[in-house]
Amino acid sequence: MGFRIGSDWGQPIAVVERLYAGYPKPDDGIADFTVRLEAGRPWRRFVRPSVAIRGDFILPDAAPVTLAHGLLAAEMGMNLQMALGYRRHLLLHAASVERGGRAILMTGLSGAGKSTLAMLLGEVGWRLLGDEFALLDLESGLLHPFPRAISLKNEAIALARATNRLGPLLENTPRGNIRHLCPNRDAVARMDEPAKPVLILFPRFGHVEAVRPVGSAEVFMRLTQASTNYVALGRQGFDALTRLVTTVSAKAIDYANTAGGLALVERLSSEAQ
Amino acid sequence: MSARSLVQVLSGGVLPHEATGWNALIAVARAELLLGSLAFRLEGAAVPAKVAAIFADARAQADQGHVAALWEAEMARRALAAVDCPVILLKGTAYAAAGLQAGMGRSIGDLDILVPRDRLDEVEAALLRADWEWVKPDPYDDAYYRRWMHELPPLIHKARDRMIDVHHTILPLTARVKPDSGGLIADSIALGNGLRILSREDMIVHAAAHLLADGDLAGGLRNLWDIHCLRAEFGSEAGSSLRLQARADRHGLGSQVARAIRLSDQLYGAGTEWLNSADPLVVRRLLARDGWAREIRPATRLGFYVRSHWLRMPPAMLARHLWAKARR
Repeated sequence: MGFRIGSDWGQPIAVVERLYAGYPKPDDGIADFTVRLEAGRPWRRFVRPSVAIRGDFILPDAAPVTLAHGLLAAEMGMNLQMALGYRRHLLLHAASVERGGRAILMTGLSGAGKSTLAMLLGEVGWRLLGDEFALLDLESGLLHPFPRAISLKNEAIALARATNRLGPLLENTPRGNIRHLCPNRDAVARMDEPAKPVLILFPRFGHVEAVRPVGSAEVFMRLTQASTNYVALGRQGFDALTRLVTTVSAKAIDYANTAGGLALVERLSSEAQ
Repeated sequence: MSARSLVQVLSGGVLPHEATGWNALIAVARAELLLGSLAFRLEGAAVPAKVAAIFADARAQADQGHVAALWEAEMARRALAAVDCPVILLKGTAYAAAGLQAGMGRSIGDLDILVPRDRLDEVEAALLRADWEWVKPDPYDDAYYRRWMHELPPLIHKARDRMIDVHHTILPLTARVKPDSGGLIADSIALGNGLRILSREDMIVHAAAHLLADGDLAGGLRNLWDIHCLRAEFGSEAGSSLRLQARADRHGLGSQVARAIRLSDQLYGAGTEWLNSADPLVVRRLLARDGWAREIRPATRLGFYVRSHWLRMPPAMLARHLWAKARR
């Protein structure tokens, strides 16, 4: 997956280049999607500069962000292209990690803690496949990695230990403070290596620890809601999702703190078939 | 590298030889809703592996889009079966349903149908009964559509979230040109699935009217590609050209069709046809996109935007319309 990003200012490009310095360039230099970071009005290039997020696919009513948050604009721009334009795989709004060829898919509302769990797992021997989007192969049923920078919000920022891989602190964005963590070398080096999903989790942070099995019909419905292209893929999307939910077990998990959450994921993963 | 390169590649010209050119071509094709058409046009051509993958995705997406569009047409047929009037598919859905080259890879958005004007109330009631609902509940918009437009206010299906535009002719009632809508319906062709399409000539006349007698040429490269494909398939020899021109004259759209043919020859064909004095300006507007797919030439764009309103309604009415819109 490759992106071409253009900008009216040098700053967002420089920050993206620094954060993604260890990443390969798009194959043959050809991008899947184009993102443009533009001044919404000509004078907004200079006076209180604000970045409008444009590209192959746009949301007409997307609010511009201040130039100081240029990295956020670039990340949102890339995510928007995926959410609105991607059709190669079934795209699920989910985090995923892999170890020993077995992958765990974690999905839930924002704030449920899936990004944080995936980030922490990615630092303790699991391979991060992605924290925002999981790509389910329509034919093989495997998960394809999409290991972009992890967007850590507010309290989660302090949990990142690998400070050399952190991007700039973006303060007071519409979603609070945000800091991006570049995945480790293993995750980046193996981004072409898919993995077989063996467990689906619906985590919820900040509750007394509990585990509840989730039936395949409920998993199916929740994943259609978590997918941006399920409808557009038609029958292929239906078949791929049906296979996933009928062959992979799913659990809703509540956890009180991150240590407990990590232990719970380890335990459930060793129990999964 | 820009919209010009897209037009050249579609018309069989040389392919880009480096990444910048491919990135520009793909971005412009997406912006002009021509990526699927381009992907079919270049199927089997020697392109970089990454481009081949993007094109394969675009073809798969277009194929699935056609499945959905034809299903939507079937849903409308079922909803309108009891009304018992001719239901004529227009534009993309018609090309896909008839298996025309113009449909190859074409993106299809709304379902556009044409029905006789004196059956419009029954058609509307039947669609509302079958779970379509109004998109614009605003009374001014609603009255505007009903009084002045060539179609009902757009309806959207509650469950499938797809729009239907129900036309009774092919240009707004306020436009100076008055196409023969009875003729469009009388000469339409049955598809064998209970739905109909326009005759060959009327299909081209409609595409030309849509491109040059209505609107500001946004998406014009795609509309012109439709016209190019329709002509290539229906034949552009003397006999068919004469029939087409006679038909266009009957609808009062002779000059628009003649211009559409010149433009399609110029941009997608051999390019030998002599251009009339205003044609280069239209070409300038059609190609107003750079290699990042940004809209360029704002003055030209504005000119055609103003022209679109001028074509659509007389000046006093335009003033009233803009006043009503501004007061909201």
